[in-house]
Amino acid sequence: MTPRLPRDFTRRDALKLATGLGVSFLLPGLELRAAERRGDERPRSLITLWMAGGPSQLETWDPHPESKHGGPTRAISTTIPDLQIAHHLPQMAEQMHNLSVIRSLVSKEGDHERGTYFVQTGYRPETTVVHPSLGSILAQQRPDDSVEIPMHVSLATGDGFVVPRGGYLGDEYDAFRIYDPGRNIRNMRQSVSAERQDRRLANLEVVSRSFRKGREQQVDNTLHQHVIERALTMMTSEQLKAFELDEEPQAIVERYGDSRFGRGCLVARRLVQQGVRSIQVVLRGFDTHANNFEGHEIQCAQLDPAFATLMQDLEEHGLLQSTIVLCIGEFGRTPRINALDGRDHWPQGFSCVVGGGGLRSGMVIGGTDPDRAAREQDRPLKSRTAPDDPIQIPDLYATILSQMNVSPDEEIITPIGRPIALCEGTPIEQLMG
Amino acid sequence: MKMKRLLPPVLVVLGVALLTAIASSTAVHQDLPTTNTTDVISTLVDVDTELQRRWEELTLTPAPPADELQVLRRLSLALHGTIPSLEEIRRFEADERPDRLSRWTASMLEDPRFADYFAERLARSFVGVEEGQFIVFRRDRFTHWLSNQLKPTEPEERRPYDAIVRDMIAGRGVWTGKGQVNFITASLANDNFDENKLTARTVRAFLGQRIDCAQCHDHPFDTWTQDQFEGLAAHYGQVDLTLAGIQDHSGHLFNLPLDFASEFETASVSDDLRRAFRSHEQRLRKHVSIEVVTDDALWLVKDSGQSEDTLGPRFIVRRTPDTLVVSNSDGEYLVEDRETLEQRIIDPAVPFHPEWLGTEGNRRDRLAVWVTHPDNRRFERAIANRVWALLFGRPYLTDRPVDDIPSPELTEYADDTHLLDILGRDFREHDCDLRRLVQAITASRAFRMDSLVASNDPYEVEMNEAAWAVFPLLRRRPEQVIGAILQANSIKTIDQNSHLFVRFRRFISEREFIDEYGDLGENELESRTGTISQALLQMNGKFAKDMTAEEAFSAPGRIASFSSTPEKLLENCFLACLTRRPTDEEKAHFLPQLQGEDRQQKGVVQDIYWALFNSPEF
Repeated sequence: MTPRLPRDFTRRDALKLATGLGVSFLLPGLELRAAERRGDERPRSLITLWMAGGPSQLETWDPHPESKHGGPTRAISTTIPDLQIAHHLPQMAEQMHNLSVIRSLVSKEGDHERGTYFVQTGYRPETTVVHPSLGSILAQQRPDDSVEIPMHVSLATGDGFVVPRGGYLGDEYDAFRIYDPGRNIRNMRQSVSAERQDRRLANLEVVSRSFRKGREQQVDNTLHQHVIERALTMMTSEQLKAFELDEEPQAIVERYGDSRFGRGCLVARRLVQQGVRSIQVVLRGFDTHANNFEGHEIQCAQLDPAFATLMQDLEEHGLLQSTIVLCIGEFGRTPRINALDGRDHWPQGFSCVVGGGGLRSGMVIGGTDPDRAAREQDRPLKSRTAPDDPIQIPDLYATILSQMNVSPDEEIITPIGRPIALCEGTPIEQLMG
Repeated sequence: MKMKRLLPPVLVVLGVALLTAIASSTAVHQDLPTTNTTDVISTLVDVDTELQRRWEELTLTPAPPADELQVLRRLSLALHGTIPSLEEIRRFEADERPDRLSRWTASMLEDPRFADYFAERLARSFVGVEEGQFIVFRRDRFTHWLSNQLKPTEPEERRPYDAIVRDMIAGRGVWTGKGQVNFITASLANDNFDENKLTARTVRAFLGQRIDCAQCHDHPFDTWTQDQFEGLAAHYGQVDLTLAGIQDHSGHLFNLPLDFASEFETASVSDDLRRAFRSHEQRLRKHVSIEVVTDDALWLVKDSGQSEDTLGPRFIVRRTPDTLVVSNSDGEYLVEDRETLEQRIIDPAVPFHPEWLGTEGNRRDRLAVWVTHPDNRRFERAIANRVWALLFGRPYLTDRPVDDIPSPELTEYADDTHLLDILGRDFREHDCDLRRLVQAITASRAFRMDSLVASNDPYEVEMNEAAWAVFPLLRRRPEQVIGAILQANSIKTIDQNSHLFVRFRRFISEREFIDEYGDLGENELESRTGTISQALLQMNGKFAKDMTAEEAFSAPGRIASFSSTPEKLLENCFLACLTRRPTDEEKAHFLPQLQGEDRQQKGVVQDIYWALFNSPEF
């Protein structure tokens, strides 16, 4: 049955309508809204800071000033006694006790597109099936009826393959994209006055009705009406405010840094408060084939304040226990410094930082030897020495999924009829809280 | 006398008035398509008979024929990725000769837009949608090449589809100059050719079957085995990237007596071995080491590279019962067993009918002949099913992916696949002509019937859809959505004759829109439903705003200014957006809005356009 949209169609009407139709997902749940829950009873969320282009481990979480390949990057002490990180990240040094560092991630994909696919999904690209990204899996496996805005969001994003996909779970789990967080909530507001919007919806109702005549079942199968109704619900939702920064004090906006990435991190915190399950914030520009050191200085000047403020802010809002934060890119960069003072793609032995959401913090997992790696750099991938305690991406994701109460080995029957596990890894013991 | 003097100026005035009237009217061109329709009638009869047989068998009542304008809309969406312009609709309606749909189909197939559009759609199955490694892969060159193969209007200049496929499988040279070579370079990942990917793609795109599973294990549902997969993959095992582009290495170099076997079991290379190589015009370099791959059976001779640390393999030696075979290491296909980690040389092989293999050229040349061999029914079924899917939005076998057709040997599927065989046979008998295939399908009863079903029962609707007793209602692909929006915004047809600015705007808008809407990628023929972000984009996005605006040169603006009455105005909006006229109920709803002076100020036409763009019918 297609509900008619009356002329003065309001959110309240939409809710009434939804009740009548039994489409309960249009309604705020009877349980407490996510925004009102605290501590352990609060369902967990994930924020992924996506370092697009492949950040250099040597200039971020795994500096080696003693090595001839270490470059000019210095190491500084942090709030984890045995951990030193690059001097570009002074504010983060103060936050490391709430996080753990993995320095031994390994992948076989050294191309941006393939590497991104692998690190976002935990699966290498295949031609017959598109695997869902970690964020999509979480959105699908841990729904929340009280959230009227998208459960999977990508902030400060750009083109194509960086945006996490729903893959075989369906396009509805693709990340909802916001290009310029806090500034422009793209397409989410009606572009005309309430009066004209009513007229438009009434017009739409008339043309939809005449098309449905004799094709009811077929039109319903397209879910066209259903999708439009959900979009309208979102357009009138109070929760949309989470995408805006008007209510935030200027001081806090400045602490995050007034960049797309900085604002993205702040919006991410606001979305977590509303119960959004998975948020990606993208920082581009890590592909430093030339001028690697200058490049990373510029990148870290954005990353450091935003990430550090996010950690503090989550803690102050009582959200750190329920929010996993992961900072990762598609691969690392070569130990050898090339003729342009740059570093190239390096998928064997790169770093990520992860913490919050009840994961064990203060851990430093794995280690690299840039001198040995530099000697072996020209060898084929197979005959290079792996870093100490190598960690596979699927293991990292099994850890996060388990921590968020999703069973990693649950199998989904894909559209091609083949069952595929959500994740093929096993949780990393050292990190499980 | 007076009259004579007055006549010229009067004629001039009349002439100018007439020209102005023509120019300001809806620009009806009189050049109606006259192209002869290809003679597909006998095949068409077979297709319709087969459809009828299925309907009778399942006791289904097929939907009535659709309105011809609706069929025109379908054709335009399927062949050009857009909808008919108001201008085209007028010309179509002015064409009173019989069987205008078939003639219009023929004319749409001759339009370069068809070649460009179909090249892009087919390219998705041949090289995917990723831009890949720019240095060695140029997707734009590939689609440009493919489009040129489809483009010539003289039938004798057109490349038959089987020849196009052979070019792709066996192409050599540089990917920028020879577009077809990108079929090969698309599978370059992390600096290595992925023979598995190429093989899986070859079988899926050209033979309509999925053997990807057999890459790692025997196919669970079909007859494909891992051995068969590896044998096929070995055909791509000699491909290499050189300064001259894609080339193939020769494999076999020379044989040595079995006595030499012991020489390969020691780490150092004896002078005897060096001499033996030299006698076959192969020189072992100064730094050389031998790696035993399999004891007493397979060895790698490594002497390439700068230093002792980085020696790479150059020769491969294997023992056969009566000789030692020395080959160029790049010319052999070496795989590592996933279980035992043992390395093996795989010789090229095909899973069935080895007699179809070509007899000349390298491994890829021979494979290309096998894939396209006239007796290889998989080949024609695959393209028939894919073209069907591109025209209807879903494959003929509705419950399977487009490239997962049951093997022709499996008799239990013979009934289901019979129609693909009818189309395939006709395709083969007529020089593998894609246009003819399109004509046969679009002239069938299935393509020209309505999307109305007498029943509201989901199961019955599904039955009707599966048996093609009703035209399926499917979500438009992103390029069709934006193509239709852009066209509905213009009275005139947007094609190669359009002003450069218009074409440029179309190009930019299309890219921007698809990026935001989400590209369905390689699996664009899987049925999916729309998403909330797409609905938001269509309702509130920049395109929705720009394309509905009542401006001087936009269709909403022009329709509003040249339509003499509210009735005409409404009709033109409906024709431009939905290729149909409004119903009585719609007229009753919309006409009151169109009365009154401040129509434009109130954005009435814009709001009608908005509703039409967002309707499930658009």
